[in-house]
Order: sequence, then structure tokens, then C-alpha cells
Amino acid sequence: MRVIRHVAVNVFRESVRDRVPYTLLLFAVLLIAASRVLAQLTAGQDVKIVKDLGLAAIATFGLFIAVFLGVGLVSKEVERRSIYAILAKPVSRAQFIAGKYAGLVLTLFVNVMVMTGALYLVLAWLMATATPAERASWDAPAMDPEMLGAILMIFIELMLVTAIALFFSAFTSPLLSAACTFGLYVIGHFTGELRDFDALTDSRAVGWLTRGLYHLLPDFSAFDVKLQVVHGIHVPAGYLATTAAYGFAYVAALILGGTYIFTRRDLK
Amino acid sequence: MTASSKASTVAGGVRLSLAAALLVVAILLHASRDPWPVLRQVHAQELLHVRSPQVLGRMVLEFDAVAADLYWIRAIQHYGGERLKPSGAPRGYERLYPLLDMTTSLDPYFSIAYRFGAIFLSEPYPGGPGRPDLAITLLKKGIAAQPARWQYHHDIGFVHYWALKDPQGAAAWFRQAATIPGAPNWLLPVAAALLTETGDRTAARHLWRQIQEADEEWLRKRAERALLELDALDEIDRMKERSR
Repeated sequence: MRVIRHVAVNVFRESVRDRVPYTLLLFAVLLIAASRVLAQLTAGQDVKIVKDLGLAAIATFGLFIAVFLGVGLVSKEVERRSIYAILAKPVSRAQFIAGKYAGLVLTLFVNVMVMTGALYLVLAWLMATATPAERASWDAPAMDPEMLGAILMIFIELMLVTAIALFFSAFTSPLLSAACTFGLYVIGHFTGELRDFDALTDSRAVGWLTRGLYHLLPDFSAFDVKLQVVHGIHVPAGYLATTAAYGFAYVAALILGGTYIFTRRDLK
Repeated sequence: MTASSKASTVAGGVRLSLAAALLVVAILLHASRDPWPVLRQVHAQELLHVRSPQVLGRMVLEFDAVAADLYWIRAIQHYGGERLKPSGAPRGYERLYPLLDMTTSLDPYFSIAYRFGAIFLSEPYPGGPGRPDLAITLLKKGIAAQPARWQYHHDIGFVHYWALKDPQGAAAWFRQAATIPGAPNWLLPVAAALLTETGDRTAARHLWRQIQEADEEWLRKRAERALLELDALDEIDRMKERSR
């Protein structure tokens, strides 16, 4: 565990050196600017739009961090040949993979937390400056704690993207890893189409295949509860817990798969 | 500082100045093409690149709420832009309904888009497109997405009364709105008053009798007075009949 922690802390430090925290500054500027401009443009929907924008920005910035740092986690060490120095120490390949993953998840966690804080600050300011009539017209309170449920789902989704990126990074080049990760991310939003595909075909084999793919591919749309939360529609805790468990199970499977491939990989 | 490092600093400064100058040139060239009318027309025609809400919903992945916000802003700007044209200038609101349809397909819970959108659509020309039919279609889409929202039923009643001049239709929608849990208690009296206005005294009397059973005293009193008024109107009619 200590070894994994050391590797993870190093990944986190490296992400700071790679200027990842600059994205936080960009996020804050984007939100503050948006909240100033949108009030003039949206017929009283500024709180809704700031929430939409904030949640979408947390997901987008996180996605780019997860993909672009995730795909280089292993391959960069192999290319720079620094992997030999690491593995010469009492660090197993499995610990190396687990540590790399934990480090990037830590980076994402800090980013998501800071962005969440900035979003709530902007919303607090909008709430403080709103009239009672304006507040009465909102679907949900500006500082709605239910939004944290949507942010938790975004974070687990990002953990899954990171696991996919790391999985591909264990055996392919960064470019191919990035393409495959983005590809799976996009496909993961269309798995619902695969579920219903058997209604469009007479072939039972094709129907089984598409249904199998529906269950096998990561279902990213399951993590998206942003729309409901912004409109104050309650998302049951059972749904959040089941989806979170699904995400963790998928992440564990990918990390174990990545470790299996990496331990058998010839690094010469 | 050595001579070589001084030279490299100067070269760096020159490169930076050159880059800034080229950026200014690019901005000026871009600004110079704006007044060309041909380009402006092409831009206006291509304003709605995607017309299918289903296609757009898939294209934006999990960012449907942000996309809905953008379409809502575009709908407001389109409506405002046309409405604020100088008087006498032709106004085209043809993109208003597609924009509102796109907004509400991407975010089916966007209640302001349904409610304000219906007001914009039912506004008579030149203040709006004068399309109460589309306003009702939009609100019915809202009812399909959120059947528990009495406001959409109320707004359809409003469109019937103001835009279609159909108090009977309005009363029917107000009555329907009143049956939804959480609806305000003034909806039934409004419906009953509208029915009285149309001359449908039997339906009005039936409704006022229902209101007479209300828990609130002010509503019961209002119903008693309305029933007396209806009786008086009937009596006047009978007297007119006898005097003929």
C-alpha cells in the first residue's frame, strides 16, 4: 500500500508540474464571466444556465485531464525508459499500475473539488443578489445540495475514463490509447441504441450480439443525471448507489485487466 | 549578460512584436469582410445547421442541457431581434418554433422555454408570429414531458382566451388545470366565470356548485354570489320571454 501511495503522490506532483491546475483558473474565469453575461441574455434563467455550464465544464475539463494524462501514464515511462529504474526498486508491475491510477484519480479529485467549490461560490453570489420573486421562479434552490449527487456521478465517470485510458496505455501508444478511449467514451453514450437493436433485425444472432455489446461496453449515459438535478427532480439514492457500484466494478475489472497485460508485457 | 544572450533576448522581442502585429492584421482583415452583404446573407440562411432534435441530442452526448441553453438564448435573440426591427420593416419569425422545439427536446424539463415560448408564438404579427396553434403544440409537448405541471394547462387556457378568443376552450383547460394536485384554487372560479361569459349557464352553474363545496370560505361565498347572479340572469330571460 505504501508503494502504491508513493507512486500516486508522484503522479499527482507530475500533474501539477504539467500545469494541470491552470484548468481550474480557466474554469473559475469561465463561470464568473458566464454568470455576468448570461443574466442579460437568458430571461431570468441565469442560475439554471450557470449550473448547466458549471456541471458540463467539470465533466469536460475532467475528461480532457483523464484522457490526455491517462494515456501517457505508462507509455511515457516506457518511452523515457524511466520504467526500468522504477521496476528495479521493490515495486511490482501491479503496484505500479495501481499507483499510477490512484495518482491520476487524486489529481481529478482535487480538480473536481476545487471546481465544485468555485461553482457553489458563483451560485451563492447569484442567490445573494436575486430578488425573492426571482428565487421563487427557480426549479431548484441555487445552492441545492442534490447537485453533489450529479458531481459524484461525474467523478465516477471520470474514474472510469481514466481506467480505460490506463488500460489502453498498458499496451499501446499514447495516440492509439487516446483514440480508443475517446471512441469508447462516445460509444458509451449510445449503448441504449444497442439494447433496442434486436427490434430492428430478424437475425437472432445479431440481436444477441448487440445485446451482449450493450451489457459489455461501459454505459456512460447511466452517470448523466445533470438535467434532473438542475431542475430539482429527485434522483433516488438507490439509483446513485447502483450506478456508483457499476462504475467501481468496471474500474476494478479494467485495472486488473491492465495489470494482467502489463505484467506479461516485454519491456525490452 | 553576455552578447549572445542579449542577441537572443532582442530576437525574442522582435518575434513577439511580429506575432502581435500579424494578429492585429488578421483581426483587421476579419473586420473588413463583415460589411460584405453577400456573406451576411449566407450566414443568415445557415443559422439552423441541424434541424432534427433527435440527431442533435445524439451529437451533444451528455451535454444536452448546455446545448438546450444555447438554443434558448438563440430563440430569445431571434424573437427579440425580429420584434425590435424598425416599424414597417418585414419581420420573419420562421425560426422561432424550430429553435423552441430544439430547446425543449434537448431539455424536456425547461419550463420557461415552454411558457415564454408559447407567449412569443401566440403574439399576433408584427409583435410575434401569430401562431397560437404552435404555442399550444409546444405546451402540449410540455404536458407530455411533465403531466403534473398545472401551469402548462393554464397557459393553453390563456392562449385560447387571448389569442384564439375562445373562452369556452379556455374554461375547459382551466378546469383541467384545476384537477392537477397543487393547482391554485382560483382556477375553477376563473373557468366558471368564463363559462358565464360565454352564456353556457348550465355548465357554469355546475362548476359554481362544485366550488360551493370548497374548504375556503371566500370561495364558497364567491360561488353563492355567482349562483345568485346566474339565477337572476335566468329570471331576466324568463321575464323577457313573458313580455314578448
